[in-house]
Amino acid sequence: MTDAEQILGGAIGYQLLGKVALVTGGTRGIGLATVRALADAGATVVLTGRDEAKAKEVAAGVDSVEGASVSAVGLDVTDAKAVSTVVRGVAKEHGKLDIVVANAGVLEDALLGMVSEDLIDRMLSTNVGGTIHTVQAAARAMMRKKTGAIVVLASIVGEKGSAGQVAYAASKAAVGNVARSAAKELGRYGIRVNGVAPGVIDTAMTQHLGDEVLTSRASETPLGRLGKPEEVARAIRFLVSDDASFVTGQILGVDGGLVL
Amino acid sequence: MAEIAGKLREVFVEALDLDGDTDVENLKYRDIEAWDSVGHMALVAAIEDEFDVQFDTDQVIDMSSFKVAVDMVAGLQAAND
Repeated sequence: MTDAEQILGGAIGYQLLGKVALVTGGTRGIGLATVRALADAGATVVLTGRDEAKAKEVAAGVDSVEGASVSAVGLDVTDAKAVSTVVRGVAKEHGKLDIVVANAGVLEDALLGMVSEDLIDRMLSTNVGGTIHTVQAAARAMMRKKTGAIVVLASIVGEKGSAGQVAYAASKAAVGNVARSAAKELGRYGIRVNGVAPGVIDTAMTQHLGDEVLTSRASETPLGRLGKPEEVARAIRFLVSDDASFVTGQILGVDGGLVL
Repeated sequence: MAEIAGKLREVFVEALDLDGDTDVENLKYRDIEAWDSVGHMALVAAIEDEFDVQFDTDQVIDMSSFKVAVDMVAGLQAAND
């Protein structure tokens, strides 16, 4: 962050200054953009990635404001005990945990006839199981303070379905309902749970679709283009901020109108 | 064990917002409205913080009474020593 930005930030007030955030799958794409968005807003951020060395390298490259920090830890979200250990560790080290973004997920395409048991297991164990483990551990860390904000990563395909993404779409539909259900359970503890449902976002995860498909998807989108990871990250930053203090159980589409 | 039970009693009272004269020692899961599945998560979080232990998912599910919780905490503390 430049001096000018620092001064401007001080003048308008960092929205998340003093907050402690955890972002799973924070080494690239929407996850990394979210780490940056939260850090820019003044939060202390811990990001996770399956490759700890890579995660630490990424964290070292993200600026934080004075008094905050960005650090990293290795984590496979399919391992419930490891998730619990990491979440508790962050809360213990920083004295609290205000924000959790359950972003870690995997995407593998397969037409219906080619969906294997292994593929189903991978989609569900990471996207659904990993999200539930993360929300569960986050809730336990936040309950005693009776405050907290959690955001999960759903997807437009979880709402609309997608040819060639049967298992992925099913997993993302489930993620949306993790947010809705957890919001109902955790509201009494002052914990808000929301989701974002990105449309087609220009990340490494969507590059495999190829130029032709991406161009077609962009033309189907009312705003006429693909989304950027930073645009999803800003929606997440809103949902975890006090500006969304009466928003819970919602899945916010960040899709340029593609869902319409 | 008595020390654990005494401290755990305080944690139950605080986490589940119980009256001081509640018969905590004989309390079982779902005996009272406050100890439902969501209250259970708050209770588990409070016990973990207070005793610096970590339950695995099966233990969380199996913690069906105050007495079981005492045994679990004692077992986890012994394992940590």
